[in-house]
Amino acid sequence: MSLQQSGIFHETYKEDMAIFQTPFIKFWMAAFMVLLILFPWINKPLNALVNTNTLYLMNLIGIYIIGAHGLNILTGFTGQISLGHGAFMGVGAYASAILTVKVGIPFWFALPLAGLITALVGMVFGIPSLRLKGLYLAIATMAAQFIIGYAMRNWSTLTGGSTGIVVSSPSFFGISLGDDRSYYYLVYTLVIATTLYTKNLTRTRPGRAFVAIRDRYLAAEVIGVNVWLYRILSFGISSFLVGIAGSLWAHYVLVVNDEAFGIWLSVQYLAMIIIGGMGSVLGGIYGAVFMTLLPILLRIPEHALTQIYPGVFAIFQSMTEGVFGLIIILFLIFEPDGLAARWHTIKNYWKLWPFSY
Amino acid sequence: MQELWFFLQLVIQGLAVGSVYALVALGFVLIYKASSVINFAQGELLMVGAYICLALLTTYQVPFWAGFFLTMAFSVILALLIERLVLRPMIGEPAISIIMITIGLSLILKSVVAGIWGTQIKVFPAIFPQTPVRVGEIMVSQVYIYTFMASMVFLVLFALFFKYSRMGIAMRATANSNQVALSMGISVKKVFAISWCVAAVVSAVGGILIGNINGVNSTLAGVGLKVFPAVILGGLDSIPGAVLGGLIIGILENLSGGYLDHYFGGGVKEVAPFVVLVIILMIKPYGLFGTEEIERV
Repeated sequence: MSLQQSGIFHETYKEDMAIFQTPFIKFWMAAFMVLLILFPWINKPLNALVNTNTLYLMNLIGIYIIGAHGLNILTGFTGQISLGHGAFMGVGAYASAILTVKVGIPFWFALPLAGLITALVGMVFGIPSLRLKGLYLAIATMAAQFIIGYAMRNWSTLTGGSTGIVVSSPSFFGISLGDDRSYYYLVYTLVIATTLYTKNLTRTRPGRAFVAIRDRYLAAEVIGVNVWLYRILSFGISSFLVGIAGSLWAHYVLVVNDEAFGIWLSVQYLAMIIIGGMGSVLGGIYGAVFMTLLPILLRIPEHALTQIYPGVFAIFQSMTEGVFGLIIILFLIFEPDGLAARWHTIKNYWKLWPFSY
Repeated sequence: MQELWFFLQLVIQGLAVGSVYALVALGFVLIYKASSVINFAQGELLMVGAYICLALLTTYQVPFWAGFFLTMAFSVILALLIERLVLRPMIGEPAISIIMITIGLSLILKSVVAGIWGTQIKVFPAIFPQTPVRVGEIMVSQVYIYTFMASMVFLVLFALFFKYSRMGIAMRATANSNQVALSMGISVKKVFAISWCVAAVVSAVGGILIGNINGVNSTLAGVGLKVFPAVILGGLDSIPGAVLGGLIIGILENLSGGYLDHYFGGGVKEVAPFVVLVIILMIKPYGLFGTEEIERV
């Protein structure tokens, strides 16, 4: 309790603009960072406890956080719905795979290039957003999802068709990043970088323009925001981040094929930012963690029930998607602002406990 | 000459499938017009209808006419439940939430169907006569002809319903303006519920018809996605547009499948409607008959 101030009293604008505003938050942020760095060395007991490779899960979570930030910039900040981000992630994965395997560019150049290529593709499909709003845009990006998916499956000379492309692990000055632990550091360096980028984006001119467009685009246009330019820019930044996530995914899983990037992935991304909290940087993180851990959590009752009724397994397999659907619906009805908002409420309640009223 | 007959065959098949698209699109547009909800679960409603009818016919050995009406009754109940439990709390929420809630709904319906009936493809017992009919130099399976006729009968029935019945007029009034309809004493909530019922019924009919052509499995839900190109082509809020759009998309996908498949290595049918969709959105976003939204400050 003593670590915390009873209120926040800023004396300069600099203090007011700071991301980490109080010593209390700075301390816990630093502690969290230390934990994040040490995690690959201390996850052994955790592995035994939950009976899975937690490092692998952490890497997946990291990759999805980057993608969720991307979608959050587009949907949460700019208010443009995209049902095509699964396919955009695929574009990043394929671009990176093709650049490293067929062209022979090192991973460190292929990673940003994959992001740029995805950004270009995203911007092309973002062009209809010039004239379209919410509902129409959702349909346009859904079409993008199917068209890109078709290209991945059938453009065999480039994408290897249904067999896909086998990719090799990157190496860093001769050190192979092929194992979970070293890849963890690569992923989380980028996670921290993209999180800071997203957080800072909201405090710059483009970021404020995005929010203005989301809230009332006519008013934004009147005060001199170039709506079309910023919408396309938002598509570009968003797809860039998702492309980076795709590239990381490709070099982690080591084989790229089209099945991973269907409409289901797009829906999962949307579910992540809805459950996490739209338009909140923390929301993307919470959402990615939640959506990655949910199948693992569902496995526990499934496992227990299979012991009692062996036949129940097949039913549970198909129920996973249904549970996702149910959770999305329940969140939208009861907590539309997501986990980030719920966390905020809980935090505020305990801040002044026991004198909160 | 051979070429022409091949073309004609593609058009006839396309017309049959397109008429089902038109039927499902009708339900879609109805929901959109009444309550501005884009229903991503339309395809799943169709799949559920097909499975229910199939189960009644094969497992319970019900005669077709009874099975058909029971399926309709089930669809109505399902639609009422969905409207009351899922959509009603969402009135007034932003578009993205409503889109996501229908996506969540589609996931639930899909997984329940997969849980009960599995994912194996099932063959519908023959409802229509099987012998193909000879038209000039081509053989046309009678299923296509009956499908087209059945869809047309339903479209005409609904056209009459909207034109003459009291409820149909109330629905058109609500679609035009919720507020004015409310002030005229129309129960808008009831209209929303009935829109969902009509949408579920037409989808179930569509599901039974398509199930007769292609067999029943979970890919049937994909038909619901083909409705999007149809309604965008026709204009999102136009019922005649939806019907025409459905027919055009049906023919178009069949023609593109027939002529372009060996250039692109198969499956063009699945993607061509979406290419058309993107093109329409870029050049004429409100479709053939849609109302253009003009915004004034």
